[in-house]
Amino acid sequence: MSILIDRNSRVLVQGITGRDGSFHAKGMKEYGSKVVAGVTPGKGGTNIDGIPVFDTVAEAVARTRADVSVIYVPAALAQDAMYEAIDAEIPVVVCISEGIPVRDMVDVAAYLRGRSTRLIGPNCPGLITPGACKVGIMPGFIHAPGRIGLVSRSGTLTYEVVWQLTRAKMGQSTCIGIGGDPIIGTRFVDTLALFEADDATDAIVLIGEIGGTDEEDAAVLIENHVTKPVVAFIAGQTAPPGKRMGHAGAIVSGGAGTAKEKMERFERAGVPVAKVPSEIPGLIARALQSRRKPVLRVLRGSAPSAKRTVAKKKAARRVGAAKGAAKTKRPAAKANRAAPKRLAARKRPSK
Amino acid sequence: MNLHEYQGKDLFRAAGIPVPPGEVARTVDEAAAAGERLGLPLVVKAQVLIGGRGKAGGVKVVRSAEELKREAGRILGLDIRGHQVRKVLITPASDIEKEYYAGIVLDRKYETPLLMVSPEGGVDIEDVARATPEKILRLHLDQRGLPAYRARAAARFLDSRYPVQRQLSTVLQNLARVYRDQDCSLAEINPLVVTPKGEVLALDAKVVIDDNALDRHADLAELRDLGAEDPGEVEAREKNLSYVRLDGSIGCVVNGAGLAMATMDLIHYHGGKAANFLDIGGSSNPEKVTAAMSLLTRDARVRAVLFNIFGGITRCDDVARGLLAALDRIGTKLPIVIRLTGTNEKEARDLLSARGMTALSDMDEAVRAVIARAAEAA
Repeated sequence: MSILIDRNSRVLVQGITGRDGSFHAKGMKEYGSKVVAGVTPGKGGTNIDGIPVFDTVAEAVARTRADVSVIYVPAALAQDAMYEAIDAEIPVVVCISEGIPVRDMVDVAAYLRGRSTRLIGPNCPGLITPGACKVGIMPGFIHAPGRIGLVSRSGTLTYEVVWQLTRAKMGQSTCIGIGGDPIIGTRFVDTLALFEADDATDAIVLIGEIGGTDEEDAAVLIENHVTKPVVAFIAGQTAPPGKRMGHAGAIVSGGAGTAKEKMERFERAGVPVAKVPSEIPGLIARALQSRRKPVLRVLRGSAPSAKRTVAKKKAARRVGAAKGAAKTKRPAAKANRAAPKRLAARKRPSK
Repeated sequence: MNLHEYQGKDLFRAAGIPVPPGEVARTVDEAAAAGERLGLPLVVKAQVLIGGRGKAGGVKVVRSAEELKREAGRILGLDIRGHQVRKVLITPASDIEKEYYAGIVLDRKYETPLLMVSPEGGVDIEDVARATPEKILRLHLDQRGLPAYRARAAARFLDSRYPVQRQLSTVLQNLARVYRDQDCSLAEINPLVVTPKGEVLALDAKVVIDDNALDRHADLAELRDLGAEDPGEVEAREKNLSYVRLDGSIGCVVNGAGLAMATMDLIHYHGGKAANFLDIGGSSNPEKVTAAMSLLTRDARVRAVLFNIFGGITRCDDVARGLLAALDRIGTKLPIVIRLTGTNEKEARDLLSARGMTALSDMDEAVRAVIARAAEAA
């Protein structure tokens, strides 16, 4: 398995007749994704590279049973495209578009609460389950199937790290770019819960950057609920305060959101932090060798036999899975709010 | 995009928030003329896009025409942390009985705007948050905006007098409306004062507009003060590059913001200092590479340039073509270190080697190389 997408995913491309949409629809198809439909209002009945185009998302879903949508429309039209996909109850919607006004995303985030759609992005490269399905704009050839889950706020930095993993013979279960905007549909905590529950993922690489507190929330979650090894990297250690570093969300404002804070918080949670990207594969290898002890064993304070450890580990994973499922429900902010309480209740010693 | 105080006050005024009258002056003569119209005593306030102007001597109360001329002249020549003062706001000095704070920012965690009010106005709100957090009331603005009853609650938190509360709650509701309608990422009144007569007035305005929303606010986009911004950043924006000036000597050209940040971090890690953050974006546009090179070669601080390109959608050969075209056009003697990996890497290497240039494929190696070249050139 993998998270969110696999070889059976049926992909719909919103904005398929545009320059980016048609280019990447082709790219995804070549990678092996099942691209079943495209949508561009007014272009229904035509096709792009053999992919049927519909006027509306609802029609495309009814006709092709698409269950993942990827949005490549200009920023000014992106909010509407997201609303259309959410109203068509598509389970996974990936918004690639960059430059969407924050106000539009405030409204989308509010609309998503209590609805079934999981939004990824905007301003993101998408996600890929190597060898099975690519939904987004990343170069497929740098990936290799395997058991490392990767989540990142960045695009090309993700490619850089993926490439280093692949060359170190560490294939990936799923790589997901959650986007560089201040408001995004899926955050680190959501993806960590999914990776924790995923049988095909052994370890997780988290690539954060300056701005906001999503990394800090991730550290709290890891401390309390993630049994799999996690390795982190934070970009922007030398970024000046008050300046937006390319991504709309990458800004240290009012002294908050610095790389230093985030790195320290991860280390307190027992998460190794790579100082430079090239350290990541080595840290993953080490973490996998000396796996973090499963929660139950630590609580018992004894060292069970190897056989029992495996059983406990599986049990712990199932617990994590159930928790993960609960956690991924909206609103995300609520989950974050609840997290510190759990921290107090179930503090686990970090290494 | 940061607005000047006078621009922010114009927005506030249009939204029904009471602000004192004022005129912008670019010269001492203009300041004197404005002073005659407005009447003494006055305040002369530097209009710069950076905080801390009060501490830097950029705000001054004047009580005579001579003092107005002298102070306007002095402030118009000031350099406030690298920002040259080109305009001053001349505004009547207000009698102040109470100073409050009101501001709206985006709360990323809760995915909504957040209104903060405090009876401790006129000082840095972050200091208040640190020292006396109980003196800040925070209200999240959901789809309803700021309902009247919540505005009243915030007003009661600030002042015990009902007539003042009524004015304050109207100001807060109007501030919430400006924040949303004008796509602000910050709308702040500090101080929001009450005069001895019991009138509420916004004595300052700090407004930041979401750059991504400027397309739907043509009127606001026109307010951009190019003269007050870093020329490099202005030029980069025109060319659709994402550029931030830093204080080192190694110029960087990178595709993607995350990789660009990681590159400057890596330069620091290996003992160098980046002269800039520069993201040429995800597309393969040779024009952008040329524009980037042109920007860096005119920066006298730059001793060497590092290209760090991870080809994905960006094709390495397009970047190489752009670089070669730029060199033909600009002809620089600066040492250039190139790191290329990914899509069409081989084609790019062929193009470069035909011109006697080589490209590295490892990021750490490239960073160490550029630091060494910069040291030689210094």
